[in-house]
Amino acid sequence: MWRFLGQRFLQMVITLFLFQAATYFLIDAQPGDIADLLTLDPNIPPSERQRLRAELGLDRPPVERFFKYIGNFYQGDMGVSFQEYPKKVIDIIEERLPRTLVLFLSANLVSFWVGFVTGKILAWRRGGWVEYASTITGVILYTVFLPWFGLMMIWLFAVTIDLFPAGKFLSPINWLTAPVNANYIFIRMTISTFIALIVIFIGTVLSNRIESRYRFGARLVSFIVPLAGLLYYWQTSEFGALAWDITSHLVLPVLTLTLYAYAGTMLITRTSMLETLREDFIFTARAKGLPEKVVRDKHAARTALLPVWTGLIFSLPAALSGGIITETIFSWPGIGLAYLQAAVVEDIPVVMGILTIIGILTLVSHLIADIGYAFLDPRIRYN
Amino acid sequence: MTATTPPDATITIPEVPLWRARLQMGLSSLRSSWAMFAENPIGIIGLAVIIFYGLFAAAHPVLMSTVWDRKVYDPVNGFDIEIAFHPSSPSLRHPLGTDVLGRDVLSQLMFSTRYEFALGMLAALATSIVATTIGAVSAYYGGVIDLLLMRLADLVYMMPLLPILIVLGALMDIGMIELAIVLGLLFGFGGTAIVVKSQALSVKVKPFIEAARIAGGSDFHIIFKHLVPNLLPISLLYMMFTVNTAIAYEAILSFFGLTTITMSWGLMINVTQVFGYLLRFDTWWLLFPASIAITTLCAAFYLVGRALDEVVNPRLRRR
Repeated sequence: MWRFLGQRFLQMVITLFLFQAATYFLIDAQPGDIADLLTLDPNIPPSERQRLRAELGLDRPPVERFFKYIGNFYQGDMGVSFQEYPKKVIDIIEERLPRTLVLFLSANLVSFWVGFVTGKILAWRRGGWVEYASTITGVILYTVFLPWFGLMMIWLFAVTIDLFPAGKFLSPINWLTAPVNANYIFIRMTISTFIALIVIFIGTVLSNRIESRYRFGARLVSFIVPLAGLLYYWQTSEFGALAWDITSHLVLPVLTLTLYAYAGTMLITRTSMLETLREDFIFTARAKGLPEKVVRDKHAARTALLPVWTGLIFSLPAALSGGIITETIFSWPGIGLAYLQAAVVEDIPVVMGILTIIGILTLVSHLIADIGYAFLDPRIRYN
Repeated sequence: MTATTPPDATITIPEVPLWRARLQMGLSSLRSSWAMFAENPIGIIGLAVIIFYGLFAAAHPVLMSTVWDRKVYDPVNGFDIEIAFHPSSPSLRHPLGTDVLGRDVLSQLMFSTRYEFALGMLAALATSIVATTIGAVSAYYGGVIDLLLMRLADLVYMMPLLPILIVLGALMDIGMIELAIVLGLLFGFGGTAIVVKSQALSVKVKPFIEAARIAGGSDFHIIFKHLVPNLLPISLLYMMFTVNTAIAYEAILSFFGLTTITMSWGLMINVTQVFGYLLRFDTWWLLFPASIAITTLCAAFYLVGRALDEVVNPRLRRR
């Protein structure tokens, strides 16, 4: 196990370096640079442009700059943004990344859970119009043109019934007299919700071990108590109204992404469940006379969870790609929007910083996925 | 050709030329695959939608040369001077209205369809050629070649596609062909190669590969004559999934205005956005036709892909 982890770590470091090199030279190969954009005014003499270029280090050859960047990066320095000079890249990421991650994690956790349960049942009851209708609906939701889908959600929930705000992270009017900044409250919200989720998770696991006639009640209690505690905490907190402001802005993008990701999970689960049902161990389990529900949930679903688990893990790095679209539509100031704004003006440090963070997330989630496989399928072992 | 009978033979074996025997075998396997495909209404629905869009695209040049006046209905340069205010709502003259620049929306929609098809097909072709070659070579040789190719595949697979395409959009002029090739290469080197390779590994250990090697076949011969044909079904399957992904990415890139494509479904929405009509739902014909077209065509290819999956993958079959 440790040897496996050590090898993987070495591979990850090499892959990350190659990834950084590929992206750096790709970004650098773009014609022009930010100095051109900052000195667009024809009254600025070319000498000033040269000076600016020299100050930003853009006059050095790309290879030299790349190795300097890598050297600084591994000392924990990601540089400063060209566009928002002298804001540090790490500060931009620190501000923007949690917003995107919360958006995606909440959407994905809900959609994966619901998608897994429905996909499982669909595969079990194969055939009939329910299967075709749900597959076609699922495929349309899965291949929907996301900007349009987002706009439809805005039209439905923000324009027609005016339930949620149409976009942005917060309503500035509520924050004029606020003593703290939005990120302070947002981080607090994230942490408190995370603690509540962990309590729910532990409660669910524990309630699975008690006698079956008390199980449903125990599950209900373990679900309601943490949520009530969470609500109570924010109700009594002085920032309750501000937290509600952020939450109301969060609902619409999360709902959109949940529906979008739900379809994908449902389709993957169905396919993977159908494949698993052909395995010999399912035949054995049935031959032993186990109840159908046990075969479905304990034998088939556990193995069928593998591709779904991969999907869940991989949705994390895909947060950037998806984030660019969703955040543009909902004007959500997350990392995708920051990336898009930086990429079009060739703000190299910001673009590199965001891509590198996403690259690290991808590599780590690959590793977590691989370790998770061994837990889900006892036949998989890494030696 | 007629079957010839050797004079001294008692049992007559009809001597069919090799190409005809192969054709017959191919046809019969195609027929049984089609029967399996046709059993599934999902694939048929997808195929029907694709055929509908095919006819839709084919109708455009016909309409342009017969009914529609080029000055008014040209998808890129047309302008209807008889209407005072653009965008105008749907009418008999313009079934889906006109856009902000006074161009007919239906004509744009029909004109773009052929390019969406071309883009999807080209990307899919590039993906399947690259992925099949890499998968077969990687599985056949193993060792260092396998290690290098698969690490490369991991690296490409790891790249967040949309951010990379945004950077590429600034790096070069991305038209339909460039986009198709870039997407095809990225898919081909990435995820699809990994899938095809795992299939190739199971083909590689089959006895006929061993037989071909004993018969003195070169590596090149074995890979392309024996290994690759057995990878074509899975390759075809992933071609379908590439088509819908390629169309979706084109739409999103055009929506952000990062391509140099003169007319496409994504660009129609981009124009709507640039002129500030995106959130105005009273001018629905500027947003809905193109969005629905993107969604349904992608869904159709995906449905066909899923139905093919049930043909190619025996474990998904009903029986």
